[in-house]
Amino acid sequence: MIETLLANLDTLLLYLFAACALVGAVLMLILPQPMRVALALISTMVFLGGVYGLLGVHFIAAFQVLVYVGAVMVFMVYAIMLLDVRDSAYKRTYSKLVMPGIAAGALFFAALAFGLWKALPDSAGSAATPAAGTFGLQQFAVAFLSEYWLHFELTSVLLVAAVVAALAVIKVSAASGAQSPLGTRAERKGGSDRG
Amino acid sequence: MDKTQVLLSLAVALFAIGLVGVIVRRNVLVMLMCMELMLNGVNLSLVTFAHQAASNVGAVLVFLVFVVAAAEIAIAIPIVLLMVRHKRTLDLSAYTDLKG
Repeated sequence: MIETLLANLDTLLLYLFAACALVGAVLMLILPQPMRVALALISTMVFLGGVYGLLGVHFIAAFQVLVYVGAVMVFMVYAIMLLDVRDSAYKRTYSKLVMPGIAAGALFFAALAFGLWKALPDSAGSAATPAAGTFGLQQFAVAFLSEYWLHFELTSVLLVAAVVAALAVIKVSAASGAQSPLGTRAERKGGSDRG
Repeated sequence: MDKTQVLLSLAVALFAIGLVGVIVRRNVLVMLMCMELMLNGVNLSLVTFAHQAASNVGAVLVFLVFVVAAAEIAIAIPIVLLMVRHKRTLDLSAYTDLKG
């Protein structure tokens, strides 16, 4: 009993992390306060990082925790803390589109899951056990910088465009009214995301 | 149901939940977070397919999605702060006069 449990520990942990990620995502829909929604999203991302680690893609797991949880969500939490808590959006959680939205989401999920079910035979995943080293950081880096170097360079162009656009947004806000603390903080954050 | 099917179902579920959140929620910041959840679902499907096919392409795409997500949030939050300064609220129903 214990031996089979230990032999399947990877799979068990994978299913456990997947279930926890799903619970976090559902909590994001239910919780009214934005800070709790942010915490639910952070837990979902950390559990997805665990799933990536169990799949053997360790550097993606590290990027998930570093970039998503460490940069994007910290940024989001700062924005939540900057804005006023006593807001009408905090009292009424849902918009008028609750029923159409849920119906559309359910239809979307059903259509995609049905297509997936038909497209994937039952033995699709078990047949391919990737060779060790396919997912190493070295292979990834070599492929990234030799085969996909153009995409890598375009990424830096995108980041520069994002920084310039953030500065343009700040210029608009400075021109449209008196300088407020919100504007200066947004400028500082927009500039610091470059690294 | 094997591992690939479970993970792909999870990816589809995350994307659908993010879509419902974007439609249903009222708070602009919560809608942005639901968009991040949709990107996470796409990332999970990419990693699962890359794992199934033992290829590196999925990992490269996931890396590019990371960069796009960081750039998106760096633009979106200053825009949200700007709109909140104009309207004094995070409620999306106050922004119905936005055009174009």
